[in-house]
Amino acid sequence: MHMLTIDNLHARVEGKEILKGLSLAVKPGEVHAIMGPNGAGKSTLANVLSGRDGYEVTDGSVNFDGRDLLALEPEERAAVGMFLAFQYPVEIPGVNNTYFLRAALNAQRKFRGEEELDSMRFLKLVREKLKVMQISDDLLHRAVNEGFSGGEKKRNEIFQMAVLEPKLAILDETDSGLDIDALKQVAEGVNALRSPDRSFLIVTHYQRLLDYIEPDFVHVLAGGRIVESGDKSLALKLEEQGYAWLADHHPELRKADLAGAPA
Amino acid sequence: MNPAPSPFVRAALDAAAAVPPSGIAWLDAARRENLDTLAETGLPEARNEAWKYTSLRALSQRAFALADAGVAKSVVVDPSRYALPGVDGARIVFVDGVFRADLSSLDAGEGVSLSPLGVALAAQPEPLRFALANRYRRGAADAFAHLNAALAVDGVVLHVAGNATIEKPLHIVHVSSGTQADTAWHVRVLIDVGQGARADVVEHFVSQGDAAQLGTVVTDVVVRDGAVLGMVLLQDASATTTLVRRSHVRVEAAAAATVHALELGGALVRHELTTELVGDGARFDSRGVFALSGRQHTDTQLEVRHNARDTASDALWRGIADGRARGVFRGAIVVAEGADGSDASLSNKNLLLSAQAEIDTKPELEIYADEVKAAHGATIGQLDERSLFYLRSRGIPLAQARSLLTLAFCRAALESLPNEALREHLGDLLVGHLPTSPSEALA
Repeated sequence: MHMLTIDNLHARVEGKEILKGLSLAVKPGEVHAIMGPNGAGKSTLANVLSGRDGYEVTDGSVNFDGRDLLALEPEERAAVGMFLAFQYPVEIPGVNNTYFLRAALNAQRKFRGEEELDSMRFLKLVREKLKVMQISDDLLHRAVNEGFSGGEKKRNEIFQMAVLEPKLAILDETDSGLDIDALKQVAEGVNALRSPDRSFLIVTHYQRLLDYIEPDFVHVLAGGRIVESGDKSLALKLEEQGYAWLADHHPELRKADLAGAPA
Repeated sequence: MNPAPSPFVRAALDAAAAVPPSGIAWLDAARRENLDTLAETGLPEARNEAWKYTSLRALSQRAFALADAGVAKSVVVDPSRYALPGVDGARIVFVDGVFRADLSSLDAGEGVSLSPLGVALAAQPEPLRFALANRYRRGAADAFAHLNAALAVDGVVLHVAGNATIEKPLHIVHVSSGTQADTAWHVRVLIDVGQGARADVVEHFVSQGDAAQLGTVVTDVVVRDGAVLGMVLLQDASATTTLVRRSHVRVEAAAAATVHALELGGALVRHELTTELVGDGARFDSRGVFALSGRQHTDTQLEVRHNARDTASDALWRGIADGRARGVFRGAIVVAEGADGSDASLSNKNLLLSAQAEIDTKPELEIYADEVKAAHGATIGQLDERSLFYLRSRGIPLAQARSLLTLAFCRAALESLPNEALREHLGDLLVGHLPTSPSEALA
């Protein structure tokens, strides 16, 4: 049984078709990495799945845990268990981080018909998660992401994930802008959250994050579709050889589709 | 002379005829003079720059009789309407502009004298002569100040002696009884904070019903050398209320005045708040929020005049307009010649929550001194889509996300109020005017 089934997904941004028949299936507990050159549609995929405005799905379907995901509002997608770790987490001055997280968790619980947590029980939960994530509780008293360093923002994303306990976590270029120490900390956080019923979709341009989070599957997204799938050795091959070799296997890909090579 | 006075002015003239003479010759003369001026000039028109964004055309066609004092004295008022957390000191209550001894408690402690204007006039009229007779001479005021001067028979006289302290915030309450439709009330407020004294005052407007009323309040405040005054203005009148206020704050050497204003209610609301920093080292801080919806119209005219050396002012105002509401904010800083070392800043940021809402903001800076630090800025924007999506992606529904961001937007204006219980209450009131309700979000 798949948790996520993307079938023949076509999506447009500002009238331009970016996803052109993308298909992908993810089972519970699996970690899938999606790699690809710049402009291949990696972030578009993450945004379409999370329901951001401005992305028009013109064909195809996404089934998440037995539901038509594309019919749900962003907040409903969160409530049924989807989580997007942002490439650029948003700073929200004036909104307290703890308040924000409790409002989010309780809104999700309410949607699912579960009892809301009072502030005592919530704080207890948060302290447990902070320990696991090795994050100081100073972060709780600050406004959401305000004045956070790049690394703190990404760790805050993973911390939110830990509190909200999604079924599927999408990491959108989480490694971008992180030095190696911050990258390791984020990866440790993610690894601590791996479980047989939680899946991950790791969207990344670089292979290095996958040194720390070992994927079960690696896919290459190019020209708006998954053109190659394999195990983690595929990521290493991309690291060594770039994307250009794909043209031999996929004559339909234009040179421009493969232009962005990994560093 | 206008050929035909508007229904508004005619009604004011009729109302004045019913006001009994005070028996104080200079006061009766001043009232007559103000009335004559009102009759001559009428209400300001749109070509008057100060009223450019607030049209009085509809108001000029309305006729307000004077609120009936007998009704105002006897109508039952529920004190819970105006009870405020953190505000438990002396209290002076006016119902439809009439002082209510039964609802008031005037003992504000040693060195503090709080009395209704009527009582103060009966006891000793002469000290009030300048404020009541000469303050708003022809040309120095507009129609509403003249109207107030002609018809306000009651008000507040608060005097804080030198080095005295008002221990608990003093509460000035204006209640609209809700029983007298199409009537007007007028209140005059005089506050004198003596040298080195400290005072906290909360002025509060509430309504008990929906009867459409006009209220005018003219306030003069003096903060003498080294004194400190904190004022909170909370306006939560009914959506049928027309309220025009004019406040003048004079801050003397090394004295400081702070205003926190929250404008929530009313149909048509105007507040002209002018502060003059007349002594070296004087300081004025103002913080304000207006939150409008429906067809509300609120117009704040803030003017800060630096007339002495090393004076400082800081203004931080936020506006929110939803529905078809309209907000107007004019923030002017004037630094006079010779007021060197002045430091002035003014920020007005606004949020439009609907496509039909409108906000007009106009920062003004006039500087005639040489060594001055001045900064001002105004913005009008919408809720940030990226922030909204971020909140929603975590499971927070759209309406709650909007409310959360709106409240966060206002946070800067409320957070500096030292009275914690009152600050939280103001946050709650504000939240009550927004779509849904996350009050703990104020970080």
